[in-house]
Amino acid sequence: MEMSSEQRIEASRDRVWAALNDTEVLRQAMPGCESFEAAGENQFNAKITAKVGPVKARFTFKVELSNIDPPTGYTISGEGQGGAAGFAKGSAAVRLREEEGATVLAYEVKANVGGKLAQLGARLIDGTAKKMADEFFENFTDLLSSDGTASEQSAAAADGDLIEGKAGKELPTWVWATAVLLLLALILAAIA
Amino acid sequence: MADNGIGASVRRKEDNRFLLGKGNYTDDINVAGQTYAVFVRSPHAHATLDSIDTSAAQAAPGVLAVFTGDDLAADGIGPLICGVTVTSDDGEPHRAPMHPALAQGKVNYVGDHVAVVIAESLAQARDGAELVQVDYGVLPAVTDTATAADGSQQQIHEVAPDNMCFNWPFGDKEAVDAAFDAAHKVSTLDLINNRMVTNPMEPRAALGEYNSGSEEITLHLTTQNPHVHRLVLSAFNQLAPEHKLRVVGPDVGGGFGAKIFVYAEELVVGWACRKVNRPVKWTADRTEAFLADAHGRDHVATAEMAMDENGKFLAMRVNTRANLGAYLSTFGTMVPSYLYAFLLAGQYATPLIYSEVKAVFTNTAPVDASRGAGRPEATFLLERLVDVCAADMGLDPAEIRRRNFIPTDAFPYQTPVVQCYDSGDYHAALEKALSLADYEGFAARAEEARSRGKRRGIGLSSYVEACGIAPSAAVGQLGGGVGLWESAQVRFNPTGNVQVFTGTHSHGQGHETTFAQLVCDQLGVPIENIEVIHGDTAKTQFGMGTYGSRSLAVGGVAIAKACDKLIAKGKKIAAHALEAAEGDIEFADGSFAVAGTDKAMSIGEVAFNAYVPHSYPEGVEPGFDENAFFDPLNFSFPAGTHICEVEVDPDTGVVDIVRYSAVDDFGKLINPMIVEGQVHGGIAHGVGQALLECARYGDDGQLLTASYMDYAMPRADNLPSFDVDYAPTDPPDNPLGVKGCGEAGAIGAPPAVINAIVNALGVKHIDMPATPENVWRAAKSAA
Repeated sequence: MEMSSEQRIEASRDRVWAALNDTEVLRQAMPGCESFEAAGENQFNAKITAKVGPVKARFTFKVELSNIDPPTGYTISGEGQGGAAGFAKGSAAVRLREEEGATVLAYEVKANVGGKLAQLGARLIDGTAKKMADEFFENFTDLLSSDGTASEQSAAAADGDLIEGKAGKELPTWVWATAVLLLLALILAAIA
Repeated sequence: MADNGIGASVRRKEDNRFLLGKGNYTDDINVAGQTYAVFVRSPHAHATLDSIDTSAAQAAPGVLAVFTGDDLAADGIGPLICGVTVTSDDGEPHRAPMHPALAQGKVNYVGDHVAVVIAESLAQARDGAELVQVDYGVLPAVTDTATAADGSQQQIHEVAPDNMCFNWPFGDKEAVDAAFDAAHKVSTLDLINNRMVTNPMEPRAALGEYNSGSEEITLHLTTQNPHVHRLVLSAFNQLAPEHKLRVVGPDVGGGFGAKIFVYAEELVVGWACRKVNRPVKWTADRTEAFLADAHGRDHVATAEMAMDENGKFLAMRVNTRANLGAYLSTFGTMVPSYLYAFLLAGQYATPLIYSEVKAVFTNTAPVDASRGAGRPEATFLLERLVDVCAADMGLDPAEIRRRNFIPTDAFPYQTPVVQCYDSGDYHAALEKALSLADYEGFAARAEEARSRGKRRGIGLSSYVEACGIAPSAAVGQLGGGVGLWESAQVRFNPTGNVQVFTGTHSHGQGHETTFAQLVCDQLGVPIENIEVIHGDTAKTQFGMGTYGSRSLAVGGVAIAKACDKLIAKGKKIAAHALEAAEGDIEFADGSFAVAGTDKAMSIGEVAFNAYVPHSYPEGVEPGFDENAFFDPLNFSFPAGTHICEVEVDPDTGVVDIVRYSAVDDFGKLINPMIVEGQVHGGIAHGVGQALLECARYGDDGQLLTASYMDYAMPRADNLPSFDVDYAPTDPPDNPLGVKGCGEAGAIGAPPAVINAIVNALGVKHIDMPATPENVWRAAKSAA
């Protein structure tokens, strides 16, 4: 499948990045996400149970970031195994920009699915993936706008450390966000 | 009684149980202690098997065992075989890669068998299968028939450089090339034959039981040929000695070829039931059927015809690439070779034919026989080419056929491609079909349709096929590992009813009725007193099964020969009882009579005498039970002309088949109603291929059409009411005067439909399936 879109988030880039840096916020925004954790430099593991219609499967995802070029873009690639349901793998090119005080996140996802997912769902993937991407951003925006959901950690992040695009051990927050997006796209592709 | 004999449209005896839900299919059978098998299948088209960790699955609740290819190999089981050799142009036999029932080291198509989980319940087996951890090293996939062997693709098997299974030229290339050089006109056509999933209604299933006391394995299978299964599983797969293996094919819900072959699942279930010492059942779900049943067709070809100034065919040249899939299925090599190239003459007296077939391996499901097997491919190519020839010469499609048909007085006719047609009258069938279809009135109908914004087209297809498979000597010469005779046993019980054991099988064609009619007609026994028994190696002595429209033409003759033996023996018994000379006994309508007298006894009385031989002729054995074997002298050559008329909506590309006329030569009909049903079903199959069906793999080797969401089968609203008639000839090589009818529709229909669409749109060609999108694009390009 191929999916490309832009998402305008009605918040300053500072505020968006701060919230996106909160892995707990991301976990909550993504339906069915049980865990999302670092597994090495620029590598992450996630466990996600996804259900669409009659198909329910638990996916183990491994993703890796490359071509990291803060704060303008990077490539993220990964693979998810869903047991008997099959597999999903793919990559996404991501671009971030500021626009009239809001943040626009543009993404292009290319993903392949295999096994039962391809056999039964190939034709449904694109539509379902788009629908669920919208759902993710809806959740995310809700979490972002409701006071009190932001943890102390994200509040601290909002103070400015990460906004400066800190090089080194911690990744820019938008990387987390787009990693989640890719995972989301893969899962959507997988379960669609 | 003659009411139910040859020529009567007797209602099908078996329909009572089929229509009332009382059929007995493999999955209907459940036995005490039964366990369930689920196969772990590769999600990748091409990958190395780097590791298989079965420990979690082994420990899962209810799981009895998890087996992999190593376990099968350790027991010396397998590999699966291909039974027909084709010699490649380098003089070597076709390349035959190892085909393990459970993969070893590598998987070669999506759905390939990696492991099997045996558990107490189906749900537990499925859960267990989820826990088998497999590390795959993904390799590039090869899926495209045209380019698989052009040297640009990843090699799949070590033994098959460039993915070539065989390159098989046939015919006098020099003479053909010379004829082309001297020709007035050459017509050329590139075409594909779309890949089909055979789709019998009942998915494949297997139930294995091991009796540790008798050391016998009983395997219930969805099979068209139980004895062939037993022979191959025993002699080549080392499952068990033949006398310790019983294969039963109970009711079979459609086969169309897909249930001929010996599949991995069947071998594994047979082996696993002994391994776990419990009955093991496996039933395919529909997606497994799409993935792992042998597929059909999948050719890419170029066809050329050289003609003189009158449109007379001088020579034909055909270059074909045939996709055999990832491994060779049981008869995979035979379909695009002997069953294809030897039919390329069709109904025409083309003196010179040269064919070159390159059979290739790809990372797709194995390809093998599917209703028609090779003959639909040959017929589609030829009948499309003939229409292109007609257009190029400015001749009517009917006229170019007339000019090139084999003359009716030329039979038996030796074609330049091996086959010798024993009988046929192609002109008669064509003229009858033209009349049935009101060919003359087409122009007016087309005009009227145009006034409604529709494009009306008419298409002809004059096919011939070779069935009644097959003379054993011919099969042997061609590199086949079997004889294709048939056997029968006709047994009177002492009370006068009759059991007919046939080595053929039925997967829905109504043999229980047709064969009973044969016996009823010949022996004069009421049809309700005749039972036809098939499908069990423990009941019938041997047999080759059902495919290639052979059951009546070969198996029926064996039954008739057994009846002849009973009559001959009956005459001796009756002569003794009636105190007459054996030579004076005449048999007719179930009665042995002394010629010229009113002294007679019924065949039932004779049978009773044979079992209670108190007063009995000397030297005659008791019992009234005869065996016969029949090895056909030749193939059988049904032929006919089908005419399809369509209306195309140029704005939507939707094709409506508004009229379909079929005139076939099946020789003598035993049950016209059953024959008509076979014709209807065959045409529906052919319409499915022409308009709807296509198995598609993505470039990565994923099967994208693995459910009825994405693979379109024909439905009632795709089909008109058919006009069916016959133009029979008497085949001298068949003792019953019969030909086969089961595949004819699937062979004749696709070119008739496509020729009609091409005619409607005024284009040169349109590939199958002619979906609305394809037709719409073709209409746009023509406009």
